[in-house]
Amino acid sequence: MADPQVLLTLKGASRRFGGLLAVDRVDLTVRRGEILGLIGPNGAGKTTLVNMVTGVHRASSGQVRFEDRDITALKPYQTARIGMARTFQIVQPFPELSVLDNVAAAALFSRKGLSPARARHSALAQLAFVGLEAAADQRAATLTLAMRKRLELAKALAMQPKLLFLDEVNAGLNSQEVERAMGLIRQLADSGITIVLIEHLMKVVLSVCSRVFVLQNGGLIADGTPAEVVADAKVIAAYLGSRYAKLGPSAPTTAEAHS
Amino acid sequence: MTAAGGLLAISDLKAGYGEITVLWGVNLTLAPGQITALIGSNGAGKSTLMRTISGLIVPSEGRIVCRGAEIGGASPARILAAGIAQVPEGRRLFGAMSVEDNLLMGAYSRRLSAAAQKRDLDRVYRIFPKLHERRTQAAGTMSGGEQQMCAIGRGLMSAPSLLLIDELSLGLSPLLVEQLCEALRQLNAEGMTMLVVEQDVVTALELSTSAYVMDMGRVVKHGPSAELIRDPAIQEAYLGTPMS
Repeated sequence: MADPQVLLTLKGASRRFGGLLAVDRVDLTVRRGEILGLIGPNGAGKTTLVNMVTGVHRASSGQVRFEDRDITALKPYQTARIGMARTFQIVQPFPELSVLDNVAAAALFSRKGLSPARARHSALAQLAFVGLEAAADQRAATLTLAMRKRLELAKALAMQPKLLFLDEVNAGLNSQEVERAMGLIRQLADSGITIVLIEHLMKVVLSVCSRVFVLQNGGLIADGTPAEVVADAKVIAAYLGSRYAKLGPSAPTTAEAHS
Repeated sequence: MTAAGGLLAISDLKAGYGEITVLWGVNLTLAPGQITALIGSNGAGKSTLMRTISGLIVPSEGRIVCRGAEIGGASPARILAAGIAQVPEGRRLFGAMSVEDNLLMGAYSRRLSAAAQKRDLDRVYRIFPKLHERRTQAAGTMSGGEQQMCAIGRGLMSAPSLLLIDELSLGLSPLLVEQLCEALRQLNAEGMTMLVVEQDVVTALELSTSAYVMDMGRVVKHGPSAELIRDPAIQEAYLGTPMS
């Protein structure tokens, strides 16, 4: 029987590019209301995993299920319309469109029967949420990076997703901007959107995530609470090297730990 | 020489890419004749720091002083001429060219006589005998470890006083890494100063006498490598603590 609390399930999902297994038989479950962290060293397969779930790359084998429906073969526009949205690591708004119309375009795309007037009206609410309403009439090209990142988020929200993938939304932001983004992420979760956060900044992961998946070389090496995964020997080895992991818990006490 | 006695002294360095700031005020001093390690997680700013030292990135603020002369923002060619060579991440060899031609590219800007060229090549071949065996082979056809030797050798051919090595062991087997470290120790014994980015923390700290730990574009800890290995700040820099 399907558990109604389960939103997304991956069963043995793999993605191969030629000889490279970028995602290697990943099993995972995302439950409604979670803020899940997806972490791992560079090249671990995090973005490929998101691309596979959202239909950018079809899984080479295994299955992806969303709300208990097999979505393995869906295209990106189809996954968008059933309730998945994502932000991209490299944000690319339509530079010559206004900030408002960038968001309205996302709403029009994903929500059938919406009039342009209502799309713009709805877009204003998204812009207010991310703090960009004052820039609504500016061309997107005039925004700073931090503002473009918030625009990216507003575009994703305009699609009214059930599941939102945030891919490196904090990259390149200063600590004040990161704090602000973390506040927005928490508010989104409180509003009922399930969030998968791909994030390099461990401080952010530890602060906002309820559960963390760790990928290395395409495979899932740990799954647990933030406190559990950062104490996991496999995770320590992935980040600091296998010899460091063998030293034991941080601040090793054995006198000759590294000789 | 500066009063501080450093070969390289970096103060309050800010740098990044376009509107993205990566380094938020880095301070670092390299003592001559030492191997210094630079460690920290992905995105901490290690490569950006290396690239700023070698002139590939122009700093927005701060100073980089090499033996008393400001080099921050100078062209890569001038910085190379000042005695700083970089071995880039991923090696970046000229794959279709022979090993020896790759090495000679490192000496290109020095306009050496044939005799001086031979003397410097021989020095590289003495440190990496494998490169002598392979000197006529296309560099791109060698193993990863041999390619890394070639990249280090190419750096040496510019006769630097400071060698920057980014991601020493990336993709190499532990045995090869140990061989490379042995070669670097030998170079160091001959007086070469080095700044090494290395992902394996224990390898980095065993190779170096002192180390800098970076996190989010700042130096969060530095000190003697033997002491740092048991410092909880290291694991914290990689795996974090929650923001307040």
